[in-house]
Amino acid sequence: MKTPFYDIHKSLGAKMLSFHGWEMPLQYSGIVDEHINTRTNVGLFDVSHMGRFEIKGFNAYDCLQTLVTNDISKLNDHQALYSPICHNNGGIIDDLLVYMINREKFLVVVNASNREKDLEWVVKHSKSAVVENISDKTALLALQGPLAKKVLDKTIVDVNLDQLKPFDIAITNIFGIECMISRTGYTGEDGFEIFFDSNEIDIWDKLIQSGSRFNIKPAGLGARDTLRLEAGLMLYGNDINENITPLEVPLKWTVKFDKEEFIGKEALLTQQINRKLVGFEVLEKRIARHGNEVLMYGEKVGFVTSGSFSPTMKKSIGFCFVPLHVSANQLIEINIAGKLYKAKVSSTRFYRRK
Amino acid sequence: MVEEEIRFTKEHEWIIIKEGLAVMGISDFAQRQLGDIVSIELPRVGSRFGYMQAMAIIDSVKASSDIYSALSGEVVEVNEELLEHPEWINQSPYELGWIVKMKASNMEEEEVNSLMPNEQYNKFVGEMEMEKEKEGEDERAGRR
Repeated sequence: MKTPFYDIHKSLGAKMLSFHGWEMPLQYSGIVDEHINTRTNVGLFDVSHMGRFEIKGFNAYDCLQTLVTNDISKLNDHQALYSPICHNNGGIIDDLLVYMINREKFLVVVNASNREKDLEWVVKHSKSAVVENISDKTALLALQGPLAKKVLDKTIVDVNLDQLKPFDIAITNIFGIECMISRTGYTGEDGFEIFFDSNEIDIWDKLIQSGSRFNIKPAGLGARDTLRLEAGLMLYGNDINENITPLEVPLKWTVKFDKEEFIGKEALLTQQINRKLVGFEVLEKRIARHGNEVLMYGEKVGFVTSGSFSPTMKKSIGFCFVPLHVSANQLIEINIAGKLYKAKVSSTRFYRRK
Repeated sequence: MVEEEIRFTKEHEWIIIKEGLAVMGISDFAQRQLGDIVSIELPRVGSRFGYMQAMAIIDSVKASSDIYSALSGEVVEVNEELLEHPEWINQSPYELGWIVKMKASNMEEEEVNSLMPNEQYNKFVGEMEMEKEKEGEDERAGRR
């Protein structure tokens, strides 16, 4: 499958990869270069492969409040919220963003790998709300980095971006094209995600043009992965899946036991937790990868869920599961291709923007 | 093999005989496939490797890859500067990015013959790229 920007990626000479059936850019100039440029200037990401569903009607609010573990009653109109959705047993079906246009109209954005599964799940629990898959008729770009606001400021006239706080939404237009923007992202930087009609692909070139004086560069899924890893953000399929609950990973804050019923509440309330997801830094020059064993005193105690090179810190970092008693700065060993390497336990949040 | 003549393995290592020693590295095609290289694990000087035995490991941001010995022999020198500058393999795969120098044991004819001269290697890589492109097209056609 292709996003509306496929030809643009090819013409830019991107190295492509197949990501859950989607032909996506892995990198343009190089992962490290795109990563650093997004941290210091601004990067433009095509994330149109993510699923987008509209949930509408007077039951939309109840439908979503039952599905998500987080609490949408705290949302005002035009605000977004991050949340897992879980099975009855607490296993994470997906993690997503809920955008509340108003109490009778929501947009949810889900992982590309889970589009079909999520749609089925949402429809099954829709009560009488109307669920529409708008993934194909819309496009989604992420403009991320400290200078993202400056790039958008030049094109938006009817919204004061200073008043658009993190997770706020605005329905506006850029370059005369109707769109929805949200101050959200997956990089740990300030930034925006921009939703618009999938025919309006010129927006890509126009953003690149107006961002040129801010050193805007396109960035691919490679940089997206290293950026989110440094920022301590979970990746579905790597760090979380249906056999992992939000209470075992740094997503406890998204489970609101004080709200009324939600799917998975009973199981999560009584879950015996015996592992946790932490960050680590490999103290030798090797990169740990998803699936590598974690050992302590010669015994297997967990596994790596994500591992990569941190372009910001120039270190080998990652996330892994360890027993609950393990604390920051303790040493663990990671089995990389049959050899043990020492690593130091840390928070999953390696990078925090100033 | 002739002195100074570059040859390649099917796994994309290169080898040049210089002053009686075999210098090895990875090809430009290989470094482009790997992307940003961030670390390398070098063999010890004095260690011996058989033909196409894994002797070093390169980590790029996206993947880890074994590097194979293009001949049987003994490592006499390693490029320790790569420990500080693994990116040299990307920037200069045939010069600054050399990985090891080896003293060849008696080279088997079979080993030498399987190493590709420059022209043959370029053709080999070209075919691989075309194959990849074609696979991509087939895949896309199939999904339509």
